[in-house]
Amino acid sequence: MTVAIDRANIDTDQIIPKQFLKRIERSGYGRFLFYDWRYAEDGTPNADFPLNDPRYAGASILVAGANFGCGSSREHAPWSLYDYGFRAVIAPSFADIFYNNSLKNGLLPVVLSEEAVREIIDRSRLESYRLMIDLERQMVADSRGFASSFDIDPFRKHCLLNGLDDIGLTLQYEEKITAYESRRIATARS
Amino acid sequence: MKTLYDKIWDAHVVHEEDGKPSLLYIDLHLVHEVTSPQAFEGLRMADRRVRRPDLTFATVDHAIPTINRDRPFQDRIAAKQVETLRRNCADTGIELYDLDRPEQGIVHVVGPEQGLTQPGMTIVCGDSHTSTHGAFGALAFGIGTSEVEHVLATQTLPQSKAKNLQVKVNGTLPFGVSPKDLILGVINQIGTDGGTGHVIEYAGEAIRAMSMEGRMTVCNMSIEAGAKAGLIAPDETTFGYLRGRAFAPAEAEWGETVERWRSLKTDPDADFDLSVEIDASELAPFVTWGTSPEMSVRITDFVPDPRSSPENKRRSYELAMEYMGIGPATRLDRLAIDRAFIGSCTNSRIEDLREAAKVARGYKVDGNVKAMVVPGSMQIKRQAEDEGLAGIFVDAGFEWRDAGCSMCLAMNDDVLGAGERCASTSNRNFEGRQGRGGRTHLVSPSMAAAAAIAGHFVDVREWKFK
Repeated sequence: MTVAIDRANIDTDQIIPKQFLKRIERSGYGRFLFYDWRYAEDGTPNADFPLNDPRYAGASILVAGANFGCGSSREHAPWSLYDYGFRAVIAPSFADIFYNNSLKNGLLPVVLSEEAVREIIDRSRLESYRLMIDLERQMVADSRGFASSFDIDPFRKHCLLNGLDDIGLTLQYEEKITAYESRRIATARS
Repeated sequence: MKTLYDKIWDAHVVHEEDGKPSLLYIDLHLVHEVTSPQAFEGLRMADRRVRRPDLTFATVDHAIPTINRDRPFQDRIAAKQVETLRRNCADTGIELYDLDRPEQGIVHVVGPEQGLTQPGMTIVCGDSHTSTHGAFGALAFGIGTSEVEHVLATQTLPQSKAKNLQVKVNGTLPFGVSPKDLILGVINQIGTDGGTGHVIEYAGEAIRAMSMEGRMTVCNMSIEAGAKAGLIAPDETTFGYLRGRAFAPAEAEWGETVERWRSLKTDPDADFDLSVEIDASELAPFVTWGTSPEMSVRITDFVPDPRSSPENKRRSYELAMEYMGIGPATRLDRLAIDRAFIGSCTNSRIEDLREAAKVARGYKVDGNVKAMVVPGSMQIKRQAEDEGLAGIFVDAGFEWRDAGCSMCLAMNDDVLGAGERCASTSNRNFEGRQGRGGRTHLVSPSMAAAAAIAGHFVDVREWKFK
């Protein structure tokens, strides 16, 4: 299921406000997702906010406007989206750091054209609307005739599909890192 | 023919392979309390060690109080986070500029101040404003916590190369127009995603004439244009700033090092993927009116009318104006403020405080305004006290605090109340950034000081200095 937040420039301060960054854990941020938009000052849910609409309960795809995830580098942003239940975010563009952070946490950022995103936002309001994302084939499609392909770096796709550990991959080159360090020391002394 | 970015990149490639990101060596890793605990925990769980604690430095800045530091933390969760950083640094041998250290301060103020930040380096930190260090001709960018863990474990990062964007600033900045106004003007022109996927190199006469403090302000807000990093080629100003600092090269190696640093500039015929030119002499003091750093106007101009704005901006403008309590097509120069904040990694350095103090000298903060000055580091705090700046602020009625991020992101007690309007020298005017319902207007230090005294925004070019 897909839920839309029809705004551009949704920044990471909105995704996860700063008062929740003091925790030292990596999990449990879903309940703080979009906190200031989701809840009134007294903690009651904001009926106008799409995530509080029962029709979208259990949504796993978020669709939003351009430059999604701009601002702070806080990885708490993808942590909270994932913990809430989202597995993909669709937008016309993403901020670089957020895009990176998402891929490292199994949250797929999908870039589609402005028109395609507009179409999905409109359709997401239809009764029992379902959207499918196929990472393997790099396709987004629904059962009502909408289909669009998306780009993703082949290496990142490979890592995501296979759940590879980045640090483990890099440590395969440990000898090269050590060699680089010795070379650097030599240059600095020459 | 290479750009400065190309040169720094090439010098740091550890491993390259077709179809994969390059593995880049990281020369300096800066750490703070908020984005590091989960990274250290990840290392522990995988039984990995910190590869180069000697290239890693930590400070506390984001969530710490800027007042009453001799008393125990009021905020238990923040206290635990700081305690966690202390333990992680002690366990792994990382130097920590803790609350009781004279070096303590905002991570992007401390790095340059201690001479840790040097030309030609690669620098990362789990904070988006790491772009600040680009002012020294270092490739510096913000990373997430997974990447913090990666750098701790390997001292490298897999990276895909960004594109080159040149912002050339011709002419000279007029009186009363600061580097902050320049970068707000750049963001206004190219938009908050204008730099996405690019490293911005700032060049031109106005950049060359700028102090290191000014260059740091400019590079700091590159991220607000969506850029991966900001860069300025090092020159005599850079070398002069660094010489003699704690971690700067020793005198015996100084000449040789500077010779090497001189080669860190873009070749004359190098190609940029994109170029933007700006005439500094046409700039004026800027004030943001909305909830994105691109939503700004010259102090003498009218804010836009959404009805006559481009269709793709209309809705954002309406939402922002509603949140900010600003009418369409109005001017900001009589708009009353409740708070003024002078500080943050954008504008808390000695020169920023000097500019603000020039305005404040001999005046009093307006009775309806609560104003505070939060120096970027304890070293700057002491220097400002020695220069008499602190006295000017205190006499005028500004609160004079200890160093930290403070109300830039309001993780500590320095928070805006709902509906409060603030003239802020920080970098983000996002909804709720400085406190839920708070209304942030980004300005330069002198504009913030002038607004605090007048009780409303004013054009600092017409200020009667005492």
